[in-house]
Amino acid sequence: MIDLAGLSPAALVASLMVAATPIMLAAIGELVVEKSGVLNLGVEGMMIIGAVCGFVAAVETGSPVVGLCAAIAGGMLLALIFAVLTQVLLSNQVATGLALTLFGLGLAAMMGQSYAGIKPPPTPRLDVPVLSDLPGLGPILFSHDGVLYLSIAVVFGVWLFLRQSRAGLVLRATGENHDAAHALGYKVVRIRIAAILFGGAMAGLGGAYLSLIRVPQWTEGMTAGAGWIALAIVVFAAWKPWRILIGAYLFGGVTMLQLNLQAIGVGIGVAYLSMAPYIVTILVLVIMSADRRRASLNAPACLGRAFHAST
Amino acid sequence: MLRLEPRPEPSRRMLALTPFAAVLLTMLAGGFLFASLGTNPLDAIRVFFWDPLFDSTVASYTRPQLLVKAAPLIIIALGLSFGFRAGIWNIGAEGQFIMGAIVGGSAGLAVYPAEGVWVFPMMVAAGALGGLLWAMIPAILKIRFNANEILVSLMLVYVAFNILAGLVTGRLRDPDGFNWPESRNFQAYPSAHNAELFAGTGVHVGVIVMAVLVLLCHLVLRNHIFGFHVRLAGQSRQAARFAGINPHVLTALCLGLSGAFAGLAGLFELAGPAGKLSTNFPLGYGFTAIIVAFLGRLHPIGILLAGLLMALTYIGGELAQFMLNVPAAAVQVFQGMLLFFLLAVDFLVNYRIRVRLRPPEDTGAAPGTETRGDTVNGPGPGKSGEEPA
Repeated sequence: MIDLAGLSPAALVASLMVAATPIMLAAIGELVVEKSGVLNLGVEGMMIIGAVCGFVAAVETGSPVVGLCAAIAGGMLLALIFAVLTQVLLSNQVATGLALTLFGLGLAAMMGQSYAGIKPPPTPRLDVPVLSDLPGLGPILFSHDGVLYLSIAVVFGVWLFLRQSRAGLVLRATGENHDAAHALGYKVVRIRIAAILFGGAMAGLGGAYLSLIRVPQWTEGMTAGAGWIALAIVVFAAWKPWRILIGAYLFGGVTMLQLNLQAIGVGIGVAYLSMAPYIVTILVLVIMSADRRRASLNAPACLGRAFHAST
Repeated sequence: MLRLEPRPEPSRRMLALTPFAAVLLTMLAGGFLFASLGTNPLDAIRVFFWDPLFDSTVASYTRPQLLVKAAPLIIIALGLSFGFRAGIWNIGAEGQFIMGAIVGGSAGLAVYPAEGVWVFPMMVAAGALGGLLWAMIPAILKIRFNANEILVSLMLVYVAFNILAGLVTGRLRDPDGFNWPESRNFQAYPSAHNAELFAGTGVHVGVIVMAVLVLLCHLVLRNHIFGFHVRLAGQSRQAARFAGINPHVLTALCLGLSGAFAGLAGLFELAGPAGKLSTNFPLGYGFTAIIVAFLGRLHPIGILLAGLLMALTYIGGELAQFMLNVPAAAVQVFQGMLLFFLLAVDFLVNYRIRVRLRPPEDTGAAPGTETRGDTVNGPGPGKSGEEPA
């Protein structure tokens, strides 16, 4: 085996961007959902459904683009169940989110049963012209697949939307004080359903990124907690879009470092190294939540609360 | 047009009836699911719910399995129900289950091959302690640092699983085995074996403990001050504070209790039906128990019934896999659907459906519009208001 010097920083950065992308997509989707005042704990379920839908569709049609679209549709469909239950039937959001995850994991296992061990059609790399030829930085930053760039664009787009657009302001108002938003004539339930669907689409896309590009293969339970880590990243990011970027890359870094250390064989058992991302998640949560006043200032005030218009 | 009208008080009748409605709806939807898989839905329902109990050829094997599978689910769900009532969400019972098995099992292996009546009780105590300590991590982080217990307890499931994987390939590997990543088999260690007590019933010590705990939890919830505190905190945080309930103590107690219960269940499972530690040891009981707790309405007797039903789906699922070629994951889909339908019909507890012929004239919000529904604090849906037209 190689020694520590065998860790190439360039390869590490490139691979950490890939490792971070699924979490980043799911987290930015969940951020929008939470900004609208809804806590959807079903990210893991929507991700794995996205992973399996994307994989099955891509294998059947031979087109990764169709796969990605199917993943978005699958994630949204599952999110729709959540939306109907929590927004129309006013069910408990924590319990419904858990149900979404349990159901999603089961359904995905069932759907993907006969697809284990198959290779999906490859997703072409998008080399950014000129930039990808830059010595050093080029191959690291500008020689990835399209979804990776898209994920960064989505983070930027969400930032722009929440901060600069009127619709974004309405969405934030819904999350901060749904009664006031309702009194102003905004359709709280509709806005929230739209946000939930966006969250589902992003989680689904993130899941498909795992099964089609990063791994690329289908294995049961392959998300392995990525959806939950995405939820933690939203807390880490203090509900600010650009911090999602930092959070996701941080976790991508931890994951890749851990995998590389495994490959080198540093004398710590594989199982113990694999814990690293989860332990880092806990540490980050602790650090971000420790200051109670700041934590409660950042979180949308109506997060997790059911809305019901009374006359 | 249909309109949801809030009830002045939650309907007790609906509270009891809706779980049955959810089960019926799940059976219906499950029928469609099986039909889509090319299985005759009636056959599937029969294999799932009837054959394990009454079929003359398989029932003698499957009936005892009912208690074997139900016991861990019920024990874990009982522990969870306290926290869920109080709005403290421990969803990492699976991790506490694993840690209970690891700590309890290690205690047994540490004294191997000593024989004596003290071995098994010591393992049980160690198992409960293992689960308790593992659950105290989210409790302490919640109390001291305000970290979300949902995410922390869940992350710890993955950590616990990796600890298990590390130990069975390391220190806990069976020295007399063939280098398989497995611990010694407790079924071959008489003093530590959680054996069947009455032949052909499936009753082991864990089942007895489960029955005792159901009664105990029922009494505590109804008559003990702790049960009152839990119920009060679930209904209103503020009222609980005014009543002098320390939320930190409540968090620690609820998480600790559920952890200890999950640890107990893990140890009983390890020393009995599972036999040995391996990476195949966790079967997801910790997650299914969440469904059991909700389906049982967070009430001990309800949990008992829900646990038996859920165990039936496990056994029926195995049978269906074997007889009808239904994929193994169908069980999980089934269980997930059950929770969905339960949550979907839940609104009937707090609302009634009214049919109105003329739409309301003014749909805008009146001043003083107020929503009191606070789902973070309790399992029930929002408590006031009506659907926007």
